[in-house]
Amino acid sequence: MNREILVCCDTGCLVNGAQAVLDELRHDAIGMDVSIKPYVKNVGCNGLCEKGPIVTILPDNITYYKVKPSDAADILESLGNKAVDRLLYKDKEGTPVLSRKDHPFYATQHKIALRNTGIIDPGSIEDFLSRGGYEGLKKALTMTQDQVIAEVEKSGLRGRGGGGFPTGKKWRSCQQVSSDQKYMLCNGDEGDPGAFMDRSLMEGDPHSVLEGLIIGAFAIGASKGILYIRDEYDLALRDVQKAIDEARKMGYLGENILNSGFNFDCEIVRGGGAFVCGESSALMSSIEGKVGEPRVKYIRSVEKGLFEKPTVLNNVETLANIPYILLHGGDEYAKLGTEGSKGTKVFSLVGKVERTGLVEVPMGVTLRELVFDIGGGIAGGGRFKAVQTGGPSGGCIPESLMDLKIDFDSLKESGSMMGSGGIIVMDEATCMVDLARYYVKFLSGESCGKCTPCREGLRCMLEILTRICEGKGTLRDLDLLEELAYTATQASLCELGKTAANPVLSTLKYFRDEYEEHINNKHCPAGACKELITFRILPEKCKGCGICAKACPAQCIDGVLKSPYEIRALDCIKCGTCKEKCPFDAIVTE
Amino acid sequence: MMLLLHNIGMKEVVVLANENNVKHENTRDIKDILKNYSHEQRHSLAILQEVQKEYSYISPDHLQTISYYLRVPVAEIFSIATFYKALSLDKKGKIIIKVCDGTACHIRGSETVLNECKRALNIDVGETTPDGLFSLEVVNCVGSCAIAPVMVCDNEFHGKLQSGQVAPIITQAKEEAEVHE
Repeated sequence: MNREILVCCDTGCLVNGAQAVLDELRHDAIGMDVSIKPYVKNVGCNGLCEKGPIVTILPDNITYYKVKPSDAADILESLGNKAVDRLLYKDKEGTPVLSRKDHPFYATQHKIALRNTGIIDPGSIEDFLSRGGYEGLKKALTMTQDQVIAEVEKSGLRGRGGGGFPTGKKWRSCQQVSSDQKYMLCNGDEGDPGAFMDRSLMEGDPHSVLEGLIIGAFAIGASKGILYIRDEYDLALRDVQKAIDEARKMGYLGENILNSGFNFDCEIVRGGGAFVCGESSALMSSIEGKVGEPRVKYIRSVEKGLFEKPTVLNNVETLANIPYILLHGGDEYAKLGTEGSKGTKVFSLVGKVERTGLVEVPMGVTLRELVFDIGGGIAGGGRFKAVQTGGPSGGCIPESLMDLKIDFDSLKESGSMMGSGGIIVMDEATCMVDLARYYVKFLSGESCGKCTPCREGLRCMLEILTRICEGKGTLRDLDLLEELAYTATQASLCELGKTAANPVLSTLKYFRDEYEEHINNKHCPAGACKELITFRILPEKCKGCGICAKACPAQCIDGVLKSPYEIRALDCIKCGTCKEKCPFDAIVTE
Repeated sequence: MMLLLHNIGMKEVVVLANENNVKHENTRDIKDILKNYSHEQRHSLAILQEVQKEYSYISPDHLQTISYYLRVPVAEIFSIATFYKALSLDKKGKIIIKVCDGTACHIRGSETVLNECKRALNIDVGETTPDGLFSLEVVNCVGSCAIAPVMVCDNEFHGKLQSGQVAPIITQAKEEAEVHE
């Protein structure tokens, strides 16, 4: 019986040493008994990056976690026999779990956009074709443009980049404009800190994105396409380029695609590392070789976009859903999800959560299910405080709203937003004022500078928040913050400025007491604001091992072995190294 | 002035600009970069990125040459070169250390990682060590949030960093760089 050994070689797993595991497995497999014939291949992201490198055996459906090169021999030997116990996931009772289907992280997931990611070799078009690749395109080419768009409209698919605009509607309005040239663009400029679903898709299943792009181009009548991808995503750039080259060779791109008479070709444009270029008009301006500043959109880009021609811009994840919708029908897709938000959504579940990684679930699951059932709760046994969704333009959601069903509309009502799908879990050690400051700092750095309320307003807000974090704020500052936030929201041109105040407003709404604590008592409840905390060694807990003194980069811990040590507060740089290194939890922040 | 220059043949302009250029060892001539692109403004970012990669900065002469080649005012090329984070007008070190300060990294202690880098290299963010070996940068997200906090040293990712792990990475990179020389 032939067996496939899938080694996850996505960025996350590579950091954990997946390449060595892959090489070792390949090397050892050469000398294997011919009756088993294992085929070792590298695949894209499996989602659970934290437990990588992940190795899956098919068709047995056995998944191993945290595999080391030295485990290769045991894995190969176990093929067809008993699985290697030590590499399996163990549930609460300590029973090893073989299949991914029984793993709590994967059990409730429903993969549509990520249907091939982690299963196929992203560098092999044959592998993609064997999983029904380009079938959606083949079907689309037998239909009329109207029929293709109608199918997408039926699915209720909304833009996954954050805006949530109905994809079918966007295509329809562009199709109706007549022009000698139209453009179909893919937005791979994933700029939200804390989100990596687009990267994983481009690295794990580039052909699905490409197929979606070609179908979209056919539907609107575009002959040229551009994929705008972040320069930082080295592996994604290489994988997508390879996919384009192979698709062209096989006749899925270029002149007369699959003898349908439809011509379309595309290229990659590398982004320059500007967050604002994720905004549609700024992105187009960047492709044109100009500074990436947004423009006023009284004429929409479906009429006049890139190079003044009708243009459709879709997010990577949106496009990855398209082939599925064409192949299985819009109705099938619309069976999942909520009234206003159909289908599934990929979330990157990160932060202080036990199982970090990429998950795809139907719209309408609750935050609680996502964080506690799939994510396994707070890492290290801490207490849950809030989740942050929607990236820098989103907001914080407190525990009282954890039963909120996630979709585009419900999140907006709560004062946050869907954004591209980053879910950042925070525990009691995260200071909400510091978090608001972090986002405002990020946005003020990324503001393109065109509109004053965003450029100057954010700078003022940053100054105020820094003041509060340093314990120098006044209650009057809170009113000023709200006022600045209101102005930025009302008077900025693009979404970056309009939503920039969300992190401040939502933390003020749900965690005002933390702000007041910083101001009134000069105390940071989370113990995160450096200016307001001091490190102290508890003499009753200190065993005098001297580990902290050795580790201290400022060399400000004194003492003699076997008697309690002491920190010289004046010289302390508050780096936290001692607290992290202390084996007896004898160091506290006050 | 611009118009006049545009009237001269392209080749001459490129040669003219190059005479002022300091010749770098082991680097391609900017001409070799430009020849792969047509004279269209849309290539400006891609050309600048390639120049940045080759010379680790964009010199005033580069700006001029690109401006002539694309027939775009030098002020506009300058504005692009200063707008995008990937581009720099100051010479960067051979090895670039990027400390990720994405949200996930931030709440998992990227500040500690950054401070350790600063101490190990004795430079601040955005600076380059006097020997020209290291530059220190803070980036917004490298998309490896699941293994936060992350730093990227010479395009190699290091995840789940704890205090005390940063200095050895830098020392090793330094040793490797010395061996190559």
